[in-house]
Amino acid sequence: MDNQLLQTPLYQWHVDQGARMVDFANWSMPVQYQSIVQEHQATRNAVTMFDVSHMGRIRFDGPGGGELLDRLLTRSVLDMQLGQVRYSLICNHEGGILDDVLIYHLESPTGVRYFLLVVNASNRQKIVEWITAQWPDESDVEMQDRTVDTAMLAVQGPAALETLQPLFDFDISAMKYFRGKVTTQMKKPCILSRTGYTGEDGFELILKADQSLQVTQNIFAAGRAHDISPAGLGARDTLRMESAMPLYGHELNEQLNPLEAGLGFAVSFQDQAGNDRDFIGCQAIRQTKTDGVKRTRIGLQLDGKRAAREGYAIYRDGQTIGEVTSGSFSPTLQHPIAMGYVNQLDLPLGSALEVDVRGKMLPAITCQLPFYKRT
Amino acid sequence: MNAEELMYCPTHEWVSTTEENGETVATVGISAFAVEQLTDLVYMELPSVGNQVAAGQEFGEVESVKAVSPMYSPVSGEVIAVNDGLADQLETLNDDPYTAGWIMKVKLSGALPDNLLDFAAYQKQCAESS
Repeated sequence: MDNQLLQTPLYQWHVDQGARMVDFANWSMPVQYQSIVQEHQATRNAVTMFDVSHMGRIRFDGPGGGELLDRLLTRSVLDMQLGQVRYSLICNHEGGILDDVLIYHLESPTGVRYFLLVVNASNRQKIVEWITAQWPDESDVEMQDRTVDTAMLAVQGPAALETLQPLFDFDISAMKYFRGKVTTQMKKPCILSRTGYTGEDGFELILKADQSLQVTQNIFAAGRAHDISPAGLGARDTLRMESAMPLYGHELNEQLNPLEAGLGFAVSFQDQAGNDRDFIGCQAIRQTKTDGVKRTRIGLQLDGKRAAREGYAIYRDGQTIGEVTSGSFSPTLQHPIAMGYVNQLDLPLGSALEVDVRGKMLPAITCQLPFYKRT
Repeated sequence: MNAEELMYCPTHEWVSTTEENGETVATVGISAFAVEQLTDLVYMELPSVGNQVAAGQEFGEVESVKAVSPMYSPVSGEVIAVNDGLADQLETLNDDPYTAGWIMKVKLSGALPDNLLDFAAYQKQCAESS
């Protein structure tokens, strides 16, 4: 079966590092090298590198790119400055979430301005098809799926900055969070952005597939002094959970709209000039804003060690009020944490609920999201 | 206990038997391979003394950061002892899964099932699955 899975350019490197490879969204990806907890803590306390080449990378060239994307994304694209990266959603006409994405506005070394959309691996094909279906009749924009001819590396943790600095000839500490630029690695273009999915400081690099192994080795050589280690999808999941970052297929799906998901910040109803924007799904989401949401995303913490996991029912006073969408033992907090949706909107923080953990009702307390915030 | 002298379930539990006062008593645990595959263990749900267990049926569960895995009994009978301290010292399973890491002792109600694997056959299964 393995030979049918897609492999990132670093596949053999992962195997050589002792990774356990799993099928993730049709890619063979490292879930862990040693221990998820060790990789998690190394990201919180030092620095780790994740291969995130499975994420979809779709480039838009041509003067119409901004307008096309502005109509597709819940946040404004037309007012983006060069070097800006934005978290946004792509919704269907009913306001259901098709994907959560990052959109980059970049300029190539030769002065070509373009947009880059980074989408979830599991949604790449769906999003490419969705965009194709929305294609304007008179198009002066070109879309290229660059996923397989590039690699994407996430270097995350408090020592990420010091690790990567020697690889670049400019001061990368001057790059602000959610900024990116086209720079070079080994004389080839490389996109560096201060982004990540761990709740720590960190950077992501997008580079040519054929140079990703050498750059990885350079990162590990530079990071040795900071005890760099590789980290897999297992730690990526526990890290994003502590930071309450939603994961598509868990906290996000086509039946949920951005306001229910607690992602109102990722919806711009108006542009910078104060005019109403017209993006796909905006009418439905405006209606939800007027009518109010019917469910809401909450955070739960439990005592003991047993985690409330995806699909477990959440109870209040013996009545089912919702369901867990993600949950795990939190390596940082040392107790179980979970996110889920409930149909009670007025639950104060600290409300005592219960979760049905495989037939056993365990007490759970509603708590502030995110569970963990770096200081 | 010596790993090479134990019998194994395809589901990664080990079992050894002794004769005590004319009864056959089975000691049950989970294999080093299972512990390594699970990694990051956080919780174990143990059976209670007096429980009846049946070969191939779930008798408890082990939870890691990533997932929950059921443990299946290799044998049928009555649970006569449980390693109560284990749940609070799961690292024992990493250090010594075959002696200090025993999970339960079962007084057999019949013969050992015939689907148990010897060490060589179990090693082969592990090699093929990893």
